[in-house]
Amino acid sequence: MSVPTDIDRTFRDRAAAEGVLDVAYDLIESPIGSLFVAATDRGVCEIGFDPEPEAEVERLARLHGARVLRSPRPVDKIRRELDEYFEGRRRDFDLAVDLTVLPAFQQLVLAELQRVPYGDTDTYGGLARRIGKPRAARAVGGALNRNPVPIVVPCHRVVGSSGNLVGYAGGLERKEKLLALEGALLG
Amino acid sequence: MMEAVAIPPFERFYAETRDEIWRYLVRILGRQAAEDAFQETFLRALRAYTDLQHARHLRAWAFTIATRVAVDERRRRVPAGAVPELTVDDARPAYAELGDIAGELPAKERAAVVLRYGYDMPYAEIAAALGSSEEAARQAASSGVRRLRRRST
Repeated sequence: MSVPTDIDRTFRDRAAAEGVLDVAYDLIESPIGSLFVAATDRGVCEIGFDPEPEAEVERLARLHGARVLRSPRPVDKIRRELDEYFEGRRRDFDLAVDLTVLPAFQQLVLAELQRVPYGDTDTYGGLARRIGKPRAARAVGGALNRNPVPIVVPCHRVVGSSGNLVGYAGGLERKEKLLALEGALLG
Repeated sequence: MMEAVAIPPFERFYAETRDEIWRYLVRILGRQAAEDAFQETFLRALRAYTDLQHARHLRAWAFTIATRVAVDERRRRVPAGAVPELTVDDARPAYAELGDIAGELPAKERAAVVLRYGYDMPYAEIAAALGSSEEAARQAASSGVRRLRRRST
């Protein structure tokens, strides 16, 4: 006899409502596949492609604390905004992100990245110049590659100087789809 | 090399213990009271989770909390001498009968009998669950069994 689904769900809701979770997460469906979405009190801390929940949960516990629980409610707003984004009804996310566990350089890069608007693109070198480190294009690429909250922090909007897509942690096909959705791809 | 027993993410602890704790609470409290007791058990576990020093005996720790919740619950709900409702389930595992026949025992004896004979838990872990000494756990189980024998003759 397993615990009934409604009682399990009630516990997951109450745990979140009590504010005693370090991280709440859930899996959500999207046109670019299943996404693992996690949030702390501060904001979204992870959006993962091709989720392997057990490994993600272990990693989040190491980064943010052991009280990690699957709990859909705290993730509802993120789910809603992502749905709207994929339906083309949302250009900007009204979501706080929690990047506090990241190295300072990466935080700087991702903060600057959030200023690249919907439908636009920038280059690795351009981003490096804008944070005052014009020779750090490669390091910028590394920081973007390890972006824990893709889509919301739009690393897909950064391309090579000749306009080629270069790379994407979630795979080039996803990067292309996101840019196409935003109307940022020519031809 | 010292074996480091890292505290698992709460999700893993919860996923590994929830069904067993649910069955245990249904056994000793009945289906209806078990619903609240289940919530209370895991909320208490969650609140105390960051104070854990290591991950040994996590299962016994979960039973400890569930037992305390159940004892509190029964003290509050069941006046002395009242006969609690029997529980009914479609699939009845081996320990199911035990929960029913132990139904009229005092809370600690009932928990000790169910943990010992229903879950085959060693006395050291039952002691931890009841917050008592191993000897007291042994006595609670045997006096529970004696009481059951007297009642059935």
